[in-house]
Amino acid sequence: MGLADFFTTKLDSALGWARKYSIFQYPFVTACCGMEYMATACSHYDVDRFGAGLPRFSPRQADVLFVVGTISHKMAPVLRRVYDQMTEPKWVVAFGVCTCTGGFYDNYATVQGIDTILPVDVYIPGCPPRPESVLDGLMKLQDKIAAGRQRF
Amino acid sequence: MNGIDILARLTERFGTAMLASHAEQGDHTALVERAALPEVLRFCRDDAALGFDMLMDLTAVDYLTYPGREDAPRFEIVYHLYSVPHNHRVRIKAGVEEDDLVVPTAVPLWPIADWFEREVWDMFGLRFAGHRDLRRLLLYEQFEGHPLRKDYPVSKRQPLIGPRN
Amino acid sequence: MTPTPDTASATPPAAASRRTQEFFLGEGVPESGTENLVVNLGPSHPAMHGIVRIVTELDGEQVVKTDVEIGYLHRAFEKECEVGPYNAAMPYTDRLNYVSPLINNFGFCSAVEKLLGIQVTERCDYIRVILSEISRISDHLTCVGASAMELGAFTVFLYMIKAREYLWEVIEAVTGARLTISHGRVGGLKADLPPDFEAGVRRAFAETRTVLAESHKLLTTNRIFVDRMQGVGILSREDAIAYAVTGPLLRASGVPFDVRRATPYWVYDRLDFEIPVGESGDNYDRYLVRMAEMEQSMRIAEQALARLPGGPVNVDHEGRPFALPAEYVDRGKLGKTEGLLITDIRLSPNLAGQERRHHVKVNAPDKRTVLPPKETTYGSIEGLMNHFMLIMDGYGIRPPRGEVYFAVEGANGELGFYIVSDGTDRPYRVRCRPPCLPPMAALHRMLEGGMVADIVPTFGSVNMIGGELDR
Repeated sequence: MGLADFFTTKLDSALGWARKYSIFQYPFVTACCGMEYMATACSHYDVDRFGAGLPRFSPRQADVLFVVGTISHKMAPVLRRVYDQMTEPKWVVAFGVCTCTGGFYDNYATVQGIDTILPVDVYIPGCPPRPESVLDGLMKLQDKIAAGRQRF
Repeated sequence: MNGIDILARLTERFGTAMLASHAEQGDHTALVERAALPEVLRFCRDDAALGFDMLMDLTAVDYLTYPGREDAPRFEIVYHLYSVPHNHRVRIKAGVEEDDLVVPTAVPLWPIADWFEREVWDMFGLRFAGHRDLRRLLLYEQFEGHPLRKDYPVSKRQPLIGPRN
Repeated sequence: MTPTPDTASATPPAAASRRTQEFFLGEGVPESGTENLVVNLGPSHPAMHGIVRIVTELDGEQVVKTDVEIGYLHRAFEKECEVGPYNAAMPYTDRLNYVSPLINNFGFCSAVEKLLGIQVTERCDYIRVILSEISRISDHLTCVGASAMELGAFTVFLYMIKAREYLWEVIEAVTGARLTISHGRVGGLKADLPPDFEAGVRRAFAETRTVLAESHKLLTTNRIFVDRMQGVGILSREDAIAYAVTGPLLRASGVPFDVRRATPYWVYDRLDFEIPVGESGDNYDRYLVRMAEMEQSMRIAEQALARLPGGPVNVDHEGRPFALPAEYVDRGKLGKTEGLLITDIRLSPNLAGQERRHHVKVNAPDKRTVLPPKETTYGSIEGLMNHFMLIMDGYGIRPPRGEVYFAVEGANGELGFYIVSDGTDRPYRVRCRPPCLPPMAALHRMLEGGMVADIVPTFGSVNMIGGELDR
């Protein structure tokens, strides 16, 4: 019925609005991008004004997995395990070009893009990406969160 | 002591075991026989005039594709030593043939050799006789091969999970 | 099963992988029959700086044994350097110690220059010193800030990252990037300093000094901080030397070894600075050593800025100074065109800072290694050929056959590059001696016997940087 759809749509957008402004990130930091992640999280390029300022270091308590920095084949099972342990709804941000495509590390030790092991929602390229790029990616993620069907 | 004196002292003590020495670019280097390595290194550490109490670096080089070294041993193990009281350095090298990839361990002399030797085993496949726990340091256990060897292609991947791209 | 196996000689691969599996999946029962608990501070952990795994055997809160497992960020630096020509290794060296990338860059360049036997210009040496010290300050700021944050002092972290931002703005004005700068080149630098560099540095240092003063007030006599750091994670002097620990950790244990003093390179022998040395080798001494080193680094950079030599102002592409452009025209009219620029070039704004008059000040006048400035490349046949010979495959920088070891004082200790060359344009072997590998090997000495809660401050004061540790 039309009225039921109206209510679920409104509920969806309300939930989407709430979820996009309260992002609890799991910063899976490995490498150089971690320095730019720190810079984005700190006072100059504050990420807290987006509501995303509280990192949660437990996968059960986080909803966005920020994969920051190169993932090697040794680290890949750990990453997959952390992703599997996260509860729904969850999103993945590939921060830095090493996580998007492997970067310029085309060698025996590097995973050529984490989308070979996880489903990725937002890609933030850059080596490392400037904090402005990170915030742009975060805003795209917020749009994606708000626009999606909210399950609960 | 300056580098020339260091090499002279080593030569006078180890005569035949010192195969060669040079001082290119100011780095004084001694090439010794592999069998004499434990004695040479112990002398370097314990001799009062030399006093090399710090093993700065332990690494290896694979000379497989080096032009002009076809009849020399394939690998060379390289020790960079530093002396804190005397502030001098030396480089000790020894050749390791491909059919006998065992080198005596330096762990009893300098405990840091533990990890350096694990890395050489990981990257080159040189075994260290007497090393208590020779496992891979930088790569995962399931990795096959030794990547810094010249015959290992740089992009041959062995993923633990995910596609074999 | 105990974390460190007591089986002698080589471990059979099957047992090793089974053990790894057991740790990873959390299964497996201690065979020894004791009640010790094996806890894994796993690779993805906020205080492990991402990528180190410490498998601890605990007796209550006491740490009995630790097994430190590294390698989670192994990115094949040494293998990748063998693939391309010498200057192509520059971005890889940036990402070694990614908090002080300029030091790695310049260390690698200096190693290749030593192999080639060329001498860079004096101005280049001074600039390398200034930029290295700025990098060192940002490394120490990150280390002290992060380790304070892990103890709960979040404010100090924010203050120090704020100071780091000012320094990064200066670096961005010089190199174009904040973090991965690839500024060094064999034979010199990518570009000279911008005109407002000195003002920017003074402003950044003033901010840094304010932040350091505030952090001192917040931390140095803070009862909680002192209780957690003093007497914890002690590394004795003998252990430090036996484990080849260098840098702030060695100096905190009482050994005044600093590569800048022991084997001075660039222009450190002309500059006046102190080396802070600790006494007891605990975390608190390491913190004090790092805070003092930041002040010393600022002192070095200011001295070097004051003494920065100029360079020739008007030179032609051969480095010969000339008085008036009219002279050029007259010579051309007389038919003496050899060595003259054929076309006058206006460079694109993207190449600002790399004009010939700046280029010659910071690059060695060595045609075999250094790319000619862009006016020469685009404006004369000799320049074009020179550029071509340096860039194309098979040509390029070709050092003589041989090997060289060059050490610089990185933020964590002696950063050494051992380069073997076979005479071609690709390095045969590049070995980076990582300054934070020895402290990580010695970590078990610092942790065993302490408490679980002491792992975090000790590990934080080691300043492990994954890019450097695992290369």
